[in-house]
Amino acid sequence: MIKTKGLKKSYQTRSRRKTVSVDAVKGLDLDVAEGEIFGFLGPNGAGKTTTLRMLATLIRPDDGEATVAGANLRTEPATVRRNIGFVAQGGGTSDDVTAREELILQARMYGIPKAEAAVRAEEALAAFDLTEYADRKCKTYSGGQRRRVDIAMGVIHKPQVLFLDEPTSGLDPQSRVNVWDEVRRLRASGMTVFITTHYLDEADALCDRIAIIDAGEIVAEGTPTELKREISGDVVTVQVGEDAAKAGDLLEKEPFARGLEVRDDGELRLTVDAGESAIPQIMRTLEGAGIRLDTIELHRPTLDDVFLAKTGRSLRES
Amino acid sequence: MKVLRDTWLIFQRQLLLMFRSPLWIVLGVAQPVVYLLLFAPLLKSALSSIGAHSMSDAYRVYVPGMLVALGIAGGLYVGFGLLGDLANGVIERSQVTTVSRVALLLGRTLRDMVTVIVQAVLITILSLPFGLFVYVPYILLGYAMLALITLSSASISYGIAIKVNNPNVLGQVINNVAQPLMLLSGTLLPLALAPLWLRTVADWNPFNWAVTGMRALYAGHPGDPHVWQGFVIIAGLMVVAVAWASRSFARSVR
Repeated sequence: MIKTKGLKKSYQTRSRRKTVSVDAVKGLDLDVAEGEIFGFLGPNGAGKTTTLRMLATLIRPDDGEATVAGANLRTEPATVRRNIGFVAQGGGTSDDVTAREELILQARMYGIPKAEAAVRAEEALAAFDLTEYADRKCKTYSGGQRRRVDIAMGVIHKPQVLFLDEPTSGLDPQSRVNVWDEVRRLRASGMTVFITTHYLDEADALCDRIAIIDAGEIVAEGTPTELKREISGDVVTVQVGEDAAKAGDLLEKEPFARGLEVRDDGELRLTVDAGESAIPQIMRTLEGAGIRLDTIELHRPTLDDVFLAKTGRSLRES
Repeated sequence: MKVLRDTWLIFQRQLLLMFRSPLWIVLGVAQPVVYLLLFAPLLKSALSSIGAHSMSDAYRVYVPGMLVALGIAGGLYVGFGLLGDLANGVIERSQVTTVSRVALLLGRTLRDMVTVIVQAVLITILSLPFGLFVYVPYILLGYAMLALITLSSASISYGIAIKVNNPNVLGQVINNVAQPLMLLSGTLLPLALAPLWLRTVADWNPFNWAVTGMRALYAGHPGDPHVWQGFVIIAGLMVVAVAWASRSFARSVR
């Protein structure tokens, strides 16, 4: 649905009278499948928004090729525009007009006739749970309500691909979950959704597949689960009391064990590929050998561990 | 066709926004009215050297000049409104749609044109009790000229606003553009009073030609060659300004 090859963008900035070229995006290759929620995870300034704005025809790439919703980004920008929706981080509503007026205008800017636009607006208001506030000015809305209006405007023309730039930035936890639900609902209707985020939990919970971007380059790509497994695997911590050494010998021979550490306090730290299938096997092995199991715990690596492994920095700090 | 339809769409939205906060239409008229009351009486003696012997004559010179000043200044400052739309994402949200880029500009400038014309009608009516005597068909022609002036100045302002996208820089640029344009068009005092070198410089200012044409219309001389010359020159400027500013809308923001 979205395919890019070597997409590049640099900016000229002036500092101390010298013009400096900053490479915001350095040759990006992406492949986003139809009907998936694709997440672009990275710190602020990594090039997420620049990429999104290029793909949404708002800025011209310096170099590289891209196909978005079946149309060439460079040669058929009008077709791309017709097939995509775009919601900027700050939204795009005016204070003094109502949600209904905004939705009708947005539909009409896509060339939808007046009567049809009114019907679409009514449907969108109902779908995004906005009917109650439809005829109040946008400046009276809460952050979450305003964000729902933004997303409703982004999909008023039924696009194949929706771009969302930091969709939950600045929202309260309840509104974030609401936005996630809306995004999942759009995917269920067959839409491809491309989001940028700097929230680890959002990338993890919402996205089918993610690309981690840092300093204009993709450093890792895959499903959240794959990415986490790729770097370290899951760690299962087992407490067995005095039989620790014997338990360690037994577990080390298991085919699923990738690494073992026996600590002095009788705790075993076992690195495995998939913790959820290793746990029942560990329990069976220990039970078969008559070793009493006190506690068993599964630690999964987070996306922050992935980011740390790939860039040497924690996303929380950058 | 699409351009016209889209322009109408943007124009309607801009008018709606204006009606939702109508205070500034009144504020826009307030300053010219103050000038009319306090400044114009000083003019009679100043203008007598170029043949204005009554208050009516003085107003016929002064009012059209002031209207052009309103068209230039009112137009040049509209860019600040666009900065608001750039900041709150309204422009970007329009640019991702298939809406005509020319319409994004024209819909806005037409709204500004309507505002200035409404203000001009108010000022003309308020000037009548002071002894301004007008011929309605000629005044309508004058308003057409004023419309072209405002379309030009508003387009220039939007074009600059999109390029600089910063209120402080925009303020500086507009001030530096507006002052020489106003002084060199003889909007407040006719350049007939100016030394020759100043008049030669002013001949390069399209707005000067418009002011001279407007004055001829207010004086009741539509056949004066200054009228058609003014129309041709200001229409040329308008086409160039609209084309340039539309390109800015078509290209990316930032």
